[in-house]
Amino acid sequence: MDLDFEKPLEAIEQRIAELKALNNRADVNFDTEIAALERKLQTASKRVYAKLTPWETVQIARHAERPLLRDYIQGLCSEFIELHGDRCFGDDQGIIGGFATLRDQRVMLIGHQKGKTIEEKIKANFGMASPDGYRKAMRLMHLAAKYKLPIVSFIDTPGAYPGFEAEARGQAEAIARNLTEMSLLPVPVVVIVTGEGGSGGAIGIGVGNVVLMLSNAVYSVISPEGCASILWRDGSKAPLAASALKITAAALQEQGVIDEIILEPEGGAHRNPAAAINATGDAIVEQLRRLKKISSKRLIEQRYEKFSKIGRFKK
Amino acid sequence: MAWFRKSARQRHETLDEDLWTICPSCKVHTYKQEWQAGLKVCPKCNYHERIGCMERRDLLVDSGTWREYAGHVTTSDPLNFSDAKGPYSEKAAAAKAKTGLSESVLTGDGKINGIPVSFAIMDFSFLGGSLSGGAGEKITLTAEHAGRHRWPFIIISASGGARMHEGIVSLMQMAKTCAAIARLNELDVPYISILTDPTTGGVSASFAMMGDINIAEPRALIGFAGRRVIEETIKQKLPDDFQTAEYLLEHGFIDHIVARKDMKEFLHRVLQYSQKH
Ligand SMILES: [Zn+2]
Repeated sequence: MDLDFEKPLEAIEQRIAELKALNNRADVNFDTEIAALERKLQTASKRVYAKLTPWETVQIARHAERPLLRDYIQGLCSEFIELHGDRCFGDDQGIIGGFATLRDQRVMLIGHQKGKTIEEKIKANFGMASPDGYRKAMRLMHLAAKYKLPIVSFIDTPGAYPGFEAEARGQAEAIARNLTEMSLLPVPVVVIVTGEGGSGGAIGIGVGNVVLMLSNAVYSVISPEGCASILWRDGSKAPLAASALKITAAALQEQGVIDEIILEPEGGAHRNPAAAINATGDAIVEQLRRLKKISSKRLIEQRYEKFSKIGRFKK
Repeated sequence: MAWFRKSARQRHETLDEDLWTICPSCKVHTYKQEWQAGLKVCPKCNYHERIGCMERRDLLVDSGTWREYAGHVTTSDPLNFSDAKGPYSEKAAAAKAKTGLSESVLTGDGKINGIPVSFAIMDFSFLGGSLSGGAGEKITLTAEHAGRHRWPFIIISASGGARMHEGIVSLMQMAKTCAAIARLNELDVPYISILTDPTTGGVSASFAMMGDINIAEPRALIGFAGRRVIEETIKQKLPDDFQTAEYLLEHGFIDHIVARKDMKEFLHRVLQYSQKH
């Protein structure tokens, strides 16, 4: 599946594939042509990806082949012992978590799960967690505090689930409690926005000592479509809203919300998932090594300072 | 003589509007004076009209004891945001001019029957009471100030949620204010949340739900997602009482529903349990 702005690249790629196929069976040689096309592809893709609009970045962040939580777990963790249930109501699949050995680090890993196949997507509610998911995450984070395990939290959600049951069981309370209790966690909390950082549903597991973000991920107070339909009274103005909301990694780093941008391979994580996952692993491990040297007291203070600085009034 | 008849009718209607308040809920007419004297609550059906932060303060705080805190904090425009209707900075300036407020929340200290308390009182008439960088900053500074003095902290919410014109900065205020509430908890400083119509979105999903005691006004709209969004998602009509204060009480998220006229007395009774015994 290619995105609109990727179509010119797709055309070149196809031509290269055709020539390569001919090279294999005919006694003609297209090596020169192929090399030229490959150079052309490189320049073209540099041009396309160097000036992605915020709306195009949203498309990449939501790309169907973008690596998801299970891919990160598979790629980075030699062991993952999933822990289930919120001990109140159920075992939401919009957020999962458990003990993980990430490279050489034992951690409590939590994150939004979107699902790959249609069955998985439905089970995970497309990454839109219910209160039970937020409560399960908080239970695991408290367990991490007890076992002195650092917490690694992967964010990738369109938002918290806007459903009848979710409201009845206290979506607002569940998120509010996580925000409050995460601020006092005595262990390092590393947050990574890997795809979509959808509003309250994202920050609900997003109170970290550091917040990392993949270069084509987005993080926003409201979806561009939602913002456009309210402020422009026209959902199709989403590209405008995406620009106005300043939701890209670079813009968020400027606003002091993101501490580090993890560079994706050219074309986005979906074009080379292994490289994106690897870079993410490197960044997480580096942060864990640094944060593990800091006292609990200082970790709590530093997290408080990080968030209280955002929106601090200056005049 | 058409102009004469028209103006006579207009005069009649003006007279009507001057004298009566029509309850938006039950449509019963009440004398304006009676409506005001009843604290803008319908004597027939107990509908609580939205009121401003100054009116709320005057209802709760002992006269002559109010001192504003963090009043210097006002709206910023971190994104240089503009939408179909023009720049956000102009919208914010208009809201300030209309309401006379510097932000969507009024913060300060006052006494409730002699007990010193710090307050953050939201005002729906200022851009829908939305939570912005400025509003989050005022709430956080006042919570820290209450903590230093060991004064109980009361937030009265009236908000549609985060102010999207400030983008991620607004979203982060949810975490920032909750962290400030967590610090009050660590200090054993009481925090009471009063949820009024409406308390939704990012405000319901942050400090408003985190009171030691959550109190709501009758029939206030309280919820995370908007009714229309939920109905579109689940493809079903929602029950009428969904997301009302009464619904939340029934579902365990509210301790008490208290009528406006009884609020100060109720707060006083509750606060006495938190004072040194
Ligand atoms: Zn009425």
